[in-house]
Amino acid sequence: MHHSKAIKDGSTEARQFFRRVVVAAVAVCLFTGVLVNQMVKLQVRDHEHYSTLSQQNRVRLQPVPPTRGLIYDRNGVLLAENRPSYRLTVTPEQVRDMPALLAALGEVVSLDEAEISRFQQQLQRARRFHEVPLKLRLTEEEVARLSVHRHRFPGVEVRAQLTRHYPHGEHMAHVLGYVGRISEQELRRIDTANYAGSTHIGKSGVERAYENLLHGRVGYEQVETNALGRVLRVLERHPPEPGVDLYLTLDSRLQRVAEAALGDQRGSVVAMDVHTGDILAMVSHPGYDPNLFVGGISHQQFQALQSAGSQPLFNRAIRGQYPPGSTIKPFVALAGLHHGETNETRRVQCSGQFSIPGDDRVYRGRWHSNDGLLALRESIAESCNIYFYDLAYRMGIDDMSGFLAGFGFGQLSGLDLNGERRGVLPSRDWKRGALGEGWYHGETLHTGIGQGYFSVTPLQLAVATAVMANRGQAVQPRLLARTGDDAEPLEAPPAVPDPEERVVVSDARHWDAVIEGMEMTVHGRFGTARRIDDGLDYRIAGKTGTAQVSARMRDVDHEDRPYHHRDHGLFVAFAPAEAPRIAVSVVVEHGGGGGRSAAPVARQVLDAYLKGPVEAEVEVAAEVSEHGGD
Amino acid sequence: MAAIDLTRNPLGTRSRLGTSGLSPLQRYLHLDGTLLTALLLVALFGLAVLYSSFGENPAQVQKQLIRLGIAFSVMLAMAQIPPSTLRRWTPWLFAAGVVMLLAVMVLGVMGKGAQRWLDLGIVRFQPSELMKLAIPMMVAWWLAERPLPPNWRSIVICGTFILVPTALIALQPDLGTAVVTAASGFFVLYLAGLRWRWIFALLALLAAAAPLLWFFVMQDYQQQRVLTFLNPERDPLGAGYHIMQSKIAIGSGGLFGKGWLNGTQAHLDFLPERHTDFVMAVVSEEFGLVGVVQLLAVYLFIVGRGLWIAVNAQDTWSRLVGGSLALTFFVYVFVNAGMVSGLLPVVGLPLPLVSFGGTSLVTVMAAFGILMSIHTHRRIWSS
Repeated sequence: MHHSKAIKDGSTEARQFFRRVVVAAVAVCLFTGVLVNQMVKLQVRDHEHYSTLSQQNRVRLQPVPPTRGLIYDRNGVLLAENRPSYRLTVTPEQVRDMPALLAALGEVVSLDEAEISRFQQQLQRARRFHEVPLKLRLTEEEVARLSVHRHRFPGVEVRAQLTRHYPHGEHMAHVLGYVGRISEQELRRIDTANYAGSTHIGKSGVERAYENLLHGRVGYEQVETNALGRVLRVLERHPPEPGVDLYLTLDSRLQRVAEAALGDQRGSVVAMDVHTGDILAMVSHPGYDPNLFVGGISHQQFQALQSAGSQPLFNRAIRGQYPPGSTIKPFVALAGLHHGETNETRRVQCSGQFSIPGDDRVYRGRWHSNDGLLALRESIAESCNIYFYDLAYRMGIDDMSGFLAGFGFGQLSGLDLNGERRGVLPSRDWKRGALGEGWYHGETLHTGIGQGYFSVTPLQLAVATAVMANRGQAVQPRLLARTGDDAEPLEAPPAVPDPEERVVVSDARHWDAVIEGMEMTVHGRFGTARRIDDGLDYRIAGKTGTAQVSARMRDVDHEDRPYHHRDHGLFVAFAPAEAPRIAVSVVVEHGGGGGRSAAPVARQVLDAYLKGPVEAEVEVAAEVSEHGGD
Repeated sequence: MAAIDLTRNPLGTRSRLGTSGLSPLQRYLHLDGTLLTALLLVALFGLAVLYSSFGENPAQVQKQLIRLGIAFSVMLAMAQIPPSTLRRWTPWLFAAGVVMLLAVMVLGVMGKGAQRWLDLGIVRFQPSELMKLAIPMMVAWWLAERPLPPNWRSIVICGTFILVPTALIALQPDLGTAVVTAASGFFVLYLAGLRWRWIFALLALLAAAAPLLWFFVMQDYQQQRVLTFLNPERDPLGAGYHIMQSKIAIGSGGLFGKGWLNGTQAHLDFLPERHTDFVMAVVSEEFGLVGVVQLLAVYLFIVGRGLWIAVNAQDTWSRLVGGSLALTFFVYVFVNAGMVSGLLPVVGLPLPLVSFGGTSLVTVMAAFGILMSIHTHRRIWSS
């Protein structure tokens, strides 16, 4: 450094720098000259040419939205379609006196205040030569009247477009979901170029989960416009790529049966194919009309839906978390057999009480058949709490929850729908993580009968029941059966069960013992679901459950409790028991005992599925249930 | 330092600058009134053009006004820092910039298909903007310590200072900024007296390397742009459409333009990107050749004032940095106007002080802050 500094020659350098700057300045002027020359070429020499082009420049590109894919059920019944609808738009630039125009228009079509204020808002943001929608969904009559008066309203247009429609309304609302106007938040997420012409996007359910497939690709149109920007004719079309049609695994007939069977009660029904994981029915009741959301639901309507005590917007099937109650017992029994803590013949005194050694707390049980000494099968069929307190205590929480995890409890099932909840499979790790506390023996007992921290979604119950029906073979639930018009299945079906994934037990005969216990639940003399045995010509393996909602009310009779303190009724089943095809889970909120409230619902679903489509029967079933027949 | 004859300016004439040579604005705020007036002139004109191209929407203009406020504040702040301090900071600034560029490669935020930003929580920072200043400062830092013209070793080292960050920026990919950073570094070498034969050799090398660049460096979309530039008709819906529409806008403006707020091309939505990179087309359409030439004249004046400040600077570093910044500013104007008028392929560079947008604006104004600092921190001797 010092060395180089020493021979630096300041004034020579400065002179050299000055020379370089002069050369650069000359270059800058030359380059500017080139620019000016180009501008002169464009603006003077070719001015007339470009002027003509500019005047004729009526060619504009406008995006053409793709048609949204349709949604069908497994039998090709249309679940979501696109209906033509007309809307009224105004181009602000062509309107002299907006208030006068609105007043005059109001005499031809009905305009309410909400529509006008929404229009005024959009007017603020829109460019003056862009059409701003004033009224959506014109009636045929309004369209006719407008065409008569059209000459009076320059700048006012009636535009045809396709609007999503859900012909089944409430019946499929939760699974299908709905489309709604693209929100600011979504705008940031999506490919705005592809949505240039689209106004709607899938907001929930299948509409949201398969938005990518359903939407399609935007097209472009070269249109000729007049000087004011009104389209005169289309010069060139690059047609949009329509969205893909979806065929769901749902059976809309079965869905309706399940819904009718549930009647007015709040709750959920999930039915699935035990082999493929196809969701055949997925009911969450009460529902809502998704069509309300398509055209833009009013604030009041939305508030009403959201604040309703019955929570109609809530998808109970995948988001409702309930204690499984006694429906967990077959799984606990299997865990006990697997770990050698019980066997098929060991009997337990079921009438009476159970206490942990060294603990004063008493766990009571109901009266049971005969002398109250029950073995494994009867304990399942009659839902003996003491048998499972004892079994859970012998096994301990670690072995029990480790085994139950194999059936998918406490995990997402991977269903192709957004918003699924995990529920809770209690374990030491879970409790430490969630509550920061250690595990108590008493909690093991509660877990063994599906109470305490335990919570499951109806979907999880259905999946676990399907795994039981499959004798351990795992299955992943799915809603999308295939795409497009062709009968070909998806290239990679989302839910082919992996044969490697299965629940393994120490002796395959354990499955038989537990499943026989479940059959006795329905067909046995003392089974808790024997009321649905009547007139059955196939065999059901099931399990009832009653999920305690309020501990305070445990000694008050069900009927005497206020609605919100009544227990939830649950039932899981698969059928036919010897060669299972379908698994069902039913949750009836505040329905009381599962044998009484939930099991009959499942019976109707199973009947409808196994006996095939007999429309008359379906309607009878629906009617019976609607009148509260039991 | 001691070797520089401080009593004589490079023109060889006795310096006329006495204590009274600095105006109060220069002495206390360290601002150069001449430069500031020209910059404000362009900025105000830019606001008027944006008001028109946004369809007379004052909200957007307000946004730009705030950005201009921030940019001028940055200029004011930079002007307060004496050149000697800036020079001391240079290596650290440069190193930090390169590190951030590397960080962008690894964990940058994706935006518009390119990886250019670092998300710092509150703001998204674009390290390539820093490099527009750091590269010329760094090259000047190296050369200022050594006898000029630079020897072989210095050329290679300076070439590394330029090429490494430029390559990182080109890979983001951000061709427009890469052109600017490469040019700003090269200008320093040129001003330092890089021999003409090396300059011509370099140009020859670049010509030879073009095919390699085409096949190995340029992204698909960049290749498309060049092809489109050569033949706009081949892509009438995409970039070709933009160029054609831009030329129609300019050409139809004629000698005197269609008048402010009357540019039909711009207003009927034919002109793409009319607030940002293509804003020059709006200027041309509404103010005509007369308006364009006037705007170019003001830009030219700004470049000239920058070069004049560089010539009058009192140390090598200031001279080299000042000269490079002034010439780089011209690159912005030339590339942008050239691209909009169909002279050059479309690379994303804004028209300084007129285009809507903030990041690049801040950098440009920071550069003028440095120029002002160079000018106002001179030591003045009475003659």
